[in-house]
Amino acid sequence: MSITADAVEAARAEGRSAFIGYLPAGYPDKETSIAAAIALAENGADVLEIGIPYSDPVMDGPVIQQATTEVLARGFRMDEVFEIVAAVTAATDAAVLVMTYWNLIDRMGPEVFARRLAEAGGAGAITPDLTPDEAGAWIAAAEAHDLDRVFLAAPTSTPERMRRIAEASRGFVYGVSLMGVTGARTEVSDAAERVVSAAHSAGAGRVCVGLGVSTRSHVEEIGGYADGVIVGTALVAALRDGGVEAVAAKAAELSGRA
Amino acid sequence: MTDSAAAGSSHRDAEGPYYGPYGGRWMPESLIAALDEVEQTFGEAREDEEFVAEYQRLCRDYTGRPSLLAEVPRFAAEQGAARILLKREDLNHTGSHKINNVLGQALLARRMGKTRLIAETGAGQHGVATATAAALMGMECMIYMGAEDTRRQALNVARMRLLGAEVVAVEHGAKTLKDAINEALRDWVATVENTHYLLGTVTGPHPFPSMVRWFHQVIGEEAREQMLAQEGRLPDAVAACVGGGSNAMGLFHAFLDDAEVALHGYEAGGDGVETGRHAAAITLGRSGVLHGARSYLMQDEDGQTLDSHSISAGLDYPSVGPEHAHLADSGRAIYEPVTDAECMTAFETLCRTEGIIPAIESAHALAGAARLSAAWTAEDPAAAAEKIIVVSLSGRGDKDVGTAAEWFDLLDAEQQEQQEQQEQQDEDEQDEDEQGDETGVQA
Ligand SMILES: Cc1ncc(COP(=O)(O)O)c(C=O)c1O
Repeated sequence: MSITADAVEAARAEGRSAFIGYLPAGYPDKETSIAAAIALAENGADVLEIGIPYSDPVMDGPVIQQATTEVLARGFRMDEVFEIVAAVTAATDAAVLVMTYWNLIDRMGPEVFARRLAEAGGAGAITPDLTPDEAGAWIAAAEAHDLDRVFLAAPTSTPERMRRIAEASRGFVYGVSLMGVTGARTEVSDAAERVVSAAHSAGAGRVCVGLGVSTRSHVEEIGGYADGVIVGTALVAALRDGGVEAVAAKAAELSGRA
Repeated sequence: MTDSAAAGSSHRDAEGPYYGPYGGRWMPESLIAALDEVEQTFGEAREDEEFVAEYQRLCRDYTGRPSLLAEVPRFAAEQGAARILLKREDLNHTGSHKINNVLGQALLARRMGKTRLIAETGAGQHGVATATAAALMGMECMIYMGAEDTRRQALNVARMRLLGAEVVAVEHGAKTLKDAINEALRDWVATVENTHYLLGTVTGPHPFPSMVRWFHQVIGEEAREQMLAQEGRLPDAVAACVGGGSNAMGLFHAFLDDAEVALHGYEAGGDGVETGRHAAAITLGRSGVLHGARSYLMQDEDGQTLDSHSISAGLDYPSVGPEHAHLADSGRAIYEPVTDAECMTAFETLCRTEGIIPAIESAHALAGAARLSAAWTAEDPAAAAEKIIVVSLSGRGDKDVGTAAEWFDLLDAEQQEQQEQQEQQDEDEQDEDEQGDETGVQA
């Protein structure tokens, strides 16, 4: 059973694409980050991505970098992630994925990380700097603890790589909408639709699109061809500028509930 | 001597992506196609006589290769009985070994049809070399440099700008080399269609470690031939400083199968490894993944990268090339830290005894050689007198004169004030540049 797949399929059964929201663990502090994640779920997010702050986030743009750097500066530790995931899964029905750079899993050991994530009620992990080529240990640990593993597919991925990504992923495939790092963009890149159709043809059951998505109209546009739409920077900026209330309002707007 | 040699294979055959358990390609999917393209282009080019001839012509006519192998008897005499010879990479055009790799990769970039080069730089030597190649080949060039390093190496910032490159001062994290690499990777993800990321050392995702080494192998190949021609034998030891490890790998490679030649790498020991303020990744690191490769890594219990510290910007990096990690584990090469203080003593001695101002990076290797000679001499002076150490003098020290002046208190009060004012001014200007660049990125 895949918690994440179920959440995406439940949205599909309602005739819509899934809405997936990202927030960094522990930003601006542990309690607020839990409250913000719950507010996100209560305002339309089917899947939550809890990003683990990392010292060298090469896939992140300035807004997320600034937030996670602040969290690290106040002495964030990995234990907090599992506490946050447990608190959020206890309070909502949303599937909770963590998003993490590989070295944090590597240092703890994939097996221990997977066990602790599963114990906290987490659905699995998105790994932006891990491709299926290097993922043997992670796939084995995730299998052992029945966790989802979301790999990225890019506009530049060849058909052969798309097949490997689709095969290695469980839950959904993360379609990268454009060549770049996280951050709000004014328009949706036309590469996004091609990535989704390539991943679908390669056998991916569910393909969700992220990077640069920041408005309701982006969500509607991408929802026309993708199984889910992922928003990060816009939510982090809302949390930064207006706290939990602003996250709730932004989530409601993005999910079409406002 | 080593396991793999005993099994009939050689360390020299290591082509990546893996070196024992190290190396690999831990990168976002978005960059995999570009890495494949670099790997394929490099694989074809190294077999292409025309490409190799063009590369060798540039090394000869532009860089000024071969570089000298020259004895430094007055320096050696202050250390012990052993003889010391320097491989003078400092005499290369642009002043360091970095140009060997840069010219090779710039030719590859041209072969791939790329029109823009980006690079990280610590000491500024790699940035200067990249800006130089971009000027030579008519390419656009952008250099990422930690803000801390733009201050330490202000002269090189000006050099890069003179050469037509744009220099971005990176204000994230520790504001040193690792943060510059992060920023260069972020640029590359968005620009890979027309841009080649000209990584400056033997770290990073495959094929960078093996490709960068290949372009630097000339250092060891020349040194080995020069030893045989000049001395009629091989050296007893070779020594190099290790930041990412490119000059060391370039020197070591030719000697890997010569069991009688000891290979010594010297890491930046900063204030001393016991203080935590250092950059000795092999000495005190543990296996981890940073910037696309598994290697020794300075990290905390959670896997967050630790800030490194060194007086030398070029060695101020918390990891090391994966092939070095493997050579360390196998015992074929030995790695030790050298503190800022030891390094500056060797720096000063070479200036005073030989009239050569070394890069502070290279002075770590000089200090290592001094340590070797002293130990041998203490053990058996007569035997030590028969021994020869070849040291990679990876770069010249013009860029470090300001740092050395501060260290040795060489400026009188008035000059000191001027220098501080100048540094403050540089920083203010960089702040302005930063703001300009950031709006550029967001637009
Ligand atoms: C003169 C010099 N030597 C050594 C280094 C360290 O690099 P590597 O360890 O790759 O040779 C640098 C880097 O900036 C340098 O400028």
